[in-house]
Amino acid sequence: MMLKGIELFYLLRPVWAVLLALVLGSALIALGGVNPLAAYKELFGGAFFDYYGFANTLVKMSPILLAGLAVVIPLRAGLFNIGAEGQIYMGGLLAAMAALYLPEIPAAIHIPVVIIAGAIGGGLWGFIPGYLKAYHGINEVIVTILMNYVGINLVSYFAGGPMMQEGAPYPYSEEIAEYLWLPWIMGGTDAHAGILFGLGLALIAWLTIRFTTVGFALDTVGKNQTAGRYAGINVKRQILVSMFVAGAFAGLAGTFEVIGLKFRLYHLFSPGYGYDGIVVAFLAGLNPILVPLSAFFLSGLKAGAHIMQRATGLESTVIDAIQGLVIIFVAASLAFRFNQSQWKRILDRRKSMERQLAEQNAGAKSGSD
Amino acid sequence: MELLFDPAQLSDFLGTTLRLSIPIIFAAVGGVISERSGVFNISLEGCILGGAFGAAVGAFLFGSPFGGLALALLCAGLAGVTLAVLGVSLGINQIVAGIAINILMLGLTAFLARLIFGGEATTMTLPGFYPIAIPGLSAIPVVGSVLFNQDLLVYLMYLMVPAVWWVMYRTPWGLNVRAIGDYPRAADTAGVNVQAVRYCAVIASCMMAGLGGAYIVLSQVFVFTEHMSAGKGFIALAALILGRWNPIGALLAALLFGFFDALQLRLQFNSPEVPYQIFSMLPYLVSILALVLLAGKVRPPAAIGTKFERGAK
Amino acid sequence: MDSYLRLAGITKLFGDFKALDDVNIDVAEATVHAILGENGAGKTTLMNIIYGLYQPEQGDIFLKGCKVAIPTPRDAIHMGIGMIHQHFMLVDTLTVTENVILGLEGLGANIKLKEHEEKIAALSQDFGFQVDPKAEIWKLPMGMRQRVEILKVLYRDASLLILDEPTSVLAPNEITSFLDGLDRLRASGKTVLFITHKLEEVMSAGDRITVMRHGKITAHTDVQHTNATEMARLMVGRDVVLDLERPKVDQGEVVLEVAAANATDERGLHALKDVSLTIREGEILGIAGVDGNGQAELAEVITGMRALDSGRILVRGEDISHKTVAQRRHQHRMGYVPEDRHGTGLVLDFPVTKNCMLRDYDQAPFARHSVIQAAAVAERAEQWVEKYDVRLRSVHQQARFLSGGNQQKVIFAREVEFGPDILVVMQPCKGLDVGAIEAVQNTIIAQKKAGKAILYISTELEDILGVCDRIGVMCHGEITGVISPEEATAERVGMLMAGIKETA
Repeated sequence: MMLKGIELFYLLRPVWAVLLALVLGSALIALGGVNPLAAYKELFGGAFFDYYGFANTLVKMSPILLAGLAVVIPLRAGLFNIGAEGQIYMGGLLAAMAALYLPEIPAAIHIPVVIIAGAIGGGLWGFIPGYLKAYHGINEVIVTILMNYVGINLVSYFAGGPMMQEGAPYPYSEEIAEYLWLPWIMGGTDAHAGILFGLGLALIAWLTIRFTTVGFALDTVGKNQTAGRYAGINVKRQILVSMFVAGAFAGLAGTFEVIGLKFRLYHLFSPGYGYDGIVVAFLAGLNPILVPLSAFFLSGLKAGAHIMQRATGLESTVIDAIQGLVIIFVAASLAFRFNQSQWKRILDRRKSMERQLAEQNAGAKSGSD
Repeated sequence: MELLFDPAQLSDFLGTTLRLSIPIIFAAVGGVISERSGVFNISLEGCILGGAFGAAVGAFLFGSPFGGLALALLCAGLAGVTLAVLGVSLGINQIVAGIAINILMLGLTAFLARLIFGGEATTMTLPGFYPIAIPGLSAIPVVGSVLFNQDLLVYLMYLMVPAVWWVMYRTPWGLNVRAIGDYPRAADTAGVNVQAVRYCAVIASCMMAGLGGAYIVLSQVFVFTEHMSAGKGFIALAALILGRWNPIGALLAALLFGFFDALQLRLQFNSPEVPYQIFSMLPYLVSILALVLLAGKVRPPAAIGTKFERGAK
Repeated sequence: MDSYLRLAGITKLFGDFKALDDVNIDVAEATVHAILGENGAGKTTLMNIIYGLYQPEQGDIFLKGCKVAIPTPRDAIHMGIGMIHQHFMLVDTLTVTENVILGLEGLGANIKLKEHEEKIAALSQDFGFQVDPKAEIWKLPMGMRQRVEILKVLYRDASLLILDEPTSVLAPNEITSFLDGLDRLRASGKTVLFITHKLEEVMSAGDRITVMRHGKITAHTDVQHTNATEMARLMVGRDVVLDLERPKVDQGEVVLEVAAANATDERGLHALKDVSLTIREGEILGIAGVDGNGQAELAEVITGMRALDSGRILVRGEDISHKTVAQRRHQHRMGYVPEDRHGTGLVLDFPVTKNCMLRDYDQAPFARHSVIQAAAVAERAEQWVEKYDVRLRSVHQQARFLSGGNQQKVIFAREVEFGPDILVVMQPCKGLDVGAIEAVQNTIIAQKKAGKAILYISTELEDILGVCDRIGVMCHGEITGVISPEEATAERVGMLMAGIKETA
């Protein structure tokens, strides 16, 4: 009983990490001269309990959720995909190109083509570091990071050069045709159907990892690559596929930003959603089914930040600092793993001590009688 | 071509190369120390940013670039302590720890900078270091003014790189670092305190990266902007691999990346009709290319990324 | 003789496990004192206590009659205790000198490398070691590295040297010169504590012997007053049957053939040189040799984990050289018990159930249409745990928390129960206790009776002699000879292990 309780306490580590970050965050807020409780009330009220604020949370959740999955999937195989940001940009770029430059085709074909183009754009950006890792042993962390900068600059180049709308005040493309726009899911707001794709993909990713041999192979490679080879798993293919799929997920995040929210290719259109994906992935404990939950929370922080700023005058960047604290504490909490036998020993020892004490007490009593 | 034949232009170009290299040199040479001790330091990026932030705040509060320098070392050093606690003591995956620090630094510096500088953040000019010409040497044609008409931090770098080399290859502490990075248990049984050496190496490494950030603020732009490290820490990581985990090699590799950065700036300048971003990606592309060309030819310290525990098998 | 080191009532616990139980030992000055015991008898734990790596729960240590506490290796070094570990504590990329002075106090700010090099050369001369102080470790042969380890200790003026299984990585000729080295150490007044499970070495080099079993001392004796049979009985706790049952089985057709195989190791060195062998149905071919002479590479090219540079692998006449690991395992029914249980054979973070399905994770009954059948997996795991007597709390327990013997049983169950045609087994008894060893060897013999072709690789000659029908000996990546167990005298195998080929 007691043991189960302790195990649950360990299981909820991310929750404690978040709470700790919020507590320390309140110190930062106080430093900014604002009452932390008032700030948090505005923040969470605005993010989760207000129609428009909630819609705004969902808008941010769409890319963050997909970016989170893009980090989780390769990490199951032991690969760090820090490149979701670049993959988002490349997804957006290819989707915008497919939306703007394909000859006229029926919408029923054009929409999936745009989405697939976006997935492939991101997928390629994930595949390249995957290939370099699998066949040349190059550290994927550095390559994915460097490729972010290349991807972001590529999009800036296209949005400000060949694809730029004539006379635009800053780099963005022509508007894409309205029949390609994703439907909205909350009337009068920007919340679009991208989030539904994200939720569906999270479910599929979870089912695949939890119940299929594909997931088993992925986890085996992630936990022990040599044992994976020994089990007959093609490790190189696992690396390539997981990095491509991850890139494709992030590419979809960029795609939905283009066809669901902005309807143009803007330069610098992602404010670091790819990096948010890293926070989300660890907050979810690398479990795809928990990714929507942690993405929802983080998106809420971001969406609520501006409402908080308007209401209290506190800089909204405080949320970035709190997000940093969240990931530090989540990372630190990874060090504390539930060790059943150790806790069992401690509890047993305590029990026997209590019994002894009780016996002594009983003995003392009967002695005094 | 005219670049090569016009001394003024050549000198200008070399000057730009050096200027753009310096933050990368500080971070890459710092990174060598940490990685040779067996600790991945992905947080170099965050340390540059922390250093830049500390430099700006220090210069702002104390009205002196030396105050900035002190605070830069402090901020980057704190990042180093965090990395050491997470990656060395708690034994968390060092890449996870490094990424976490980068994200924390990004958010924390952005918020605190706005808090401290308020609205004037981008318009003010902070006190900084200014070039001091070394008599005689600075008169050498072309390279003289490039190398010997620099500010204090550049001269510090000139001293630091050979000093790091000397420490790594000529002192007992450096021997300990090199041994720990390859086989920590061997060092432990020889009576070396593995964790202590790693703490020192990580913190020193982060402080050096912090100097790189301080250089950007105190010698180049005299202002702090959010995310001003702009990936230099990651390029430094590529540089230290290209330099084969050797301080001199890291210096040369960092100069190479600085060269390509200077080159792309010149290309931007020469072709204003092309959107500049196509050139901006050059240093990153060169970094990736360098990693690809080097693949399989370099061997990182054998124990890198692994945690060390006494008594564990 | 004066007592140099005395241990009194040392007890050490690891969790609930009593690794050492009231151990008392008295080591006289300027002697070679052997501690004899099987794997898991607690010898290494004891040495780690003397060297300050572990702290005992109870008991005292006396050095030259004074009670001492040894909290860290650094303190041990100060007291003149030096340790030579079984796995050398040398940094490959550093030179001999750098390794020797690593961790030395009073080096100053600037290491005077030249001075140290000269001193080390002189010291090496004194003991007849012939070590080049400037050589990088990774370029040196094992015997030379061991001398570096000893130099490291001598350079610190140690007067008590602890040697943990010093001969396990040495070739027979290297062992001879090592034993000579021990004599020189004793002659110069050093005290040597020498841990081993090899009887012959104790008999030829020791002055006094302490025998340990299950964490307890079972005997103290002088070498002159005992003999090998008695020692063996004290070590194992019963009379040792040196002849295991080697049932005669009618051998069938050739199952596995390796033809002129060449391969390269991680460092790019030529690790397997024109190796050819055949194994028939119902036959166990043993491969003996000192560790690191191409045995691992041989197992890997057969099972498909390492690519061949040239040559062929044939199964029942079919060339499988280019088939994947999975194809070999499933189409050609190859079972493989790898040397490294933790790094290769198991995923330690997985529960036992998932480790049971590691081999056939995408086959029925573990999976149908790519969906994992969790109930079937658990059922199968329960069956195997029962049949192979795996001791655990639950099949959902992480493999990490099983003992070495139980981990090995899980691997054997998995590699045997699917019905292999070929079984490649490498160092299956390493680090196991007697009971587990017996279980493992019985499993292998049962497989032979069932007509499987078995390749049994081990560095322990006794293991191989006990079960194999033919014995191949490897040295420097070559098979230097194949002989029958009856022909396998220690001298003959020793020559082959040293790479001296017989002219047929």
